[in-house]
Amino acid sequence: MGFFIETLIGGLMAGMLYSLVALGFVLIFKSSGVFNFAQGAMVLFAALAMARFSEWANHALGGDSLLLANLIAFVGAGLAMLFVAWAVERFVLRKLVNQEGATLLMVTLGITYVLEGVGQTIFGSEIYNIDVGMPKEPVMMLESMFEGGILINKEDFIAALIAAVLVGLLTLFFQKTPVGRALRAVADDHQAAQSIGIPLNRIWVIVWLVAGIVALVAGIIWGSKLGVQFSLATVALRALPVVILGGLTSVPGAIVGGLIIGVGEKLSEVYIGPMVGGGIEIWFAYVLALVFLLFRPQGLFGEKIINRV
Amino acid sequence: MSRKIGDVILDLQNISLRFGGVKALTDISFNIREHEVRAIIGPNGAGKSSMLNVINGVYHPQDGKIFYRGVERKKMEPHMAASTGIARTFQNIALFKGMSVLDNIMTGRTLKMKSNMLLQALWLGPAQKEEIEHRRKVEEIIDFLEIQHIRKTPVGRLPYGLQKRVDLGRALAMEPQILLLDEPMAGMNVEEKQDMCRFILDVNDQFGTTIVLIEHDMGVVMDISDRVVVLDYGKKIGDGLPDEVRASPEVIKAYLGAGH
Repeated sequence: MGFFIETLIGGLMAGMLYSLVALGFVLIFKSSGVFNFAQGAMVLFAALAMARFSEWANHALGGDSLLLANLIAFVGAGLAMLFVAWAVERFVLRKLVNQEGATLLMVTLGITYVLEGVGQTIFGSEIYNIDVGMPKEPVMMLESMFEGGILINKEDFIAALIAAVLVGLLTLFFQKTPVGRALRAVADDHQAAQSIGIPLNRIWVIVWLVAGIVALVAGIIWGSKLGVQFSLATVALRALPVVILGGLTSVPGAIVGGLIIGVGEKLSEVYIGPMVGGGIEIWFAYVLALVFLLFRPQGLFGEKIINRV
Repeated sequence: MSRKIGDVILDLQNISLRFGGVKALTDISFNIREHEVRAIIGPNGAGKSSMLNVINGVYHPQDGKIFYRGVERKKMEPHMAASTGIARTFQNIALFKGMSVLDNIMTGRTLKMKSNMLLQALWLGPAQKEEIEHRRKVEEIIDFLEIQHIRKTPVGRLPYGLQKRVDLGRALAMEPQILLLDEPMAGMNVEEKQDMCRFILDVNDQFGTTIVLIEHDMGVVMDISDRVVVLDYGKKIGDGLPDEVRASPEVIKAYLGAGH
């Protein structure tokens, strides 16, 4: 029993991180109808910026204060994401407004390669560390309840906490503030939003910036766990089944979807894996998403598509 | 009830609009006076919506000039037209379906929000106070349109007639100088049409808003408009008081066909 719960908690924590990446997809899809394939590249780009800025700042400060260096790096990486958002709007989206979804998807594939290339040109292509002082040692919990206790990775726990707080803040931002309302308006109907004076261009910059910040936080967490390297861009592929499962337009969907995929992956790996020789973690998420799609094509929380005839 | 019709507020001169080889509008000139109810009518495909979209900045005519309060208007986008005080409703209701009635109408206040976007985003100090003031204004509009009872309902769940009313409410929240209504009565039953007519006249009367409305149903329009422009196949075939227009042989021909 203890082992089961341990696996479950491990899955939930991993799932929270998938949610974070999935959230980036949902934000952009909701407000501009663009399925942003470049979300993974944005995570990589943000993490690279963070790692290198932190290194440089630490060097400039003489290695005295890691916290200050990280803070500077965070602001720097945030500005880098602002620049990315501005550039995407100015040079790509503005030219392609009202184009087919497939066209826009292809464009984001292009953005993916540009970001990956430019990121590694500017920041280098080796493996870098992000050290934000996350505790690495695991802790034992609930030893009285279960034999052997439950081993929890402190780092994962903090990461999940950060992800949860970010999600909470985003929800408030979308539901309660005028800017959030404008974003939802644009998501619903471009034409109408423009007619009441909401400038689409500025809204898109804001959305891509928010998605960039989400990517940055995801990049920091993944980067501090696994190191910043090219493979970080592929976390987007891990988050893809999450958005399919949760529904492309739903923020809660991204979160619940992430948790389901996270838990599903871990449990299947441990309990079903041995039966088929292991290694199912990688494709299991897609199968899970597929099964969900059979029953709910719009995803768990997606808007139900009703056509009046 | 002393509604005074003022000077020309919007003057359209020799407007021509083409989509590739298709002529949507050909050499159309007319003007709109302040505080009046101005109707643009014509059979389906006459170019009424194109005309509205030109005024609104969605389409950019190849030829012709537009003067707004005596100043020639440069090429503009819909959100710029909105900031000069031109609001509109849509023929195929374009509300934000997932949002409540209240939120929909609140979006109409976007341009009136003075506080910095960052403060708004963080929901701080002045932004919060401002939001409350806007909320008060929006509640007035909700009362005016008699939709208090559905304030919190997501717009997608409302019947057609009420959605049209919310659409009008959102445009009113902008406190526009000119209100463009794209077939406000289309698809409504008689009772809903009467309500809508009453609201349009009340808006015009109480707020002094200049109203430009499009309809293909002649009957309703004649009763509530001060002046009427008639379009047919992208050309202007009539312009004047409702009775004059109704008596014009060319208009009768366009509406009933040559055989009658």
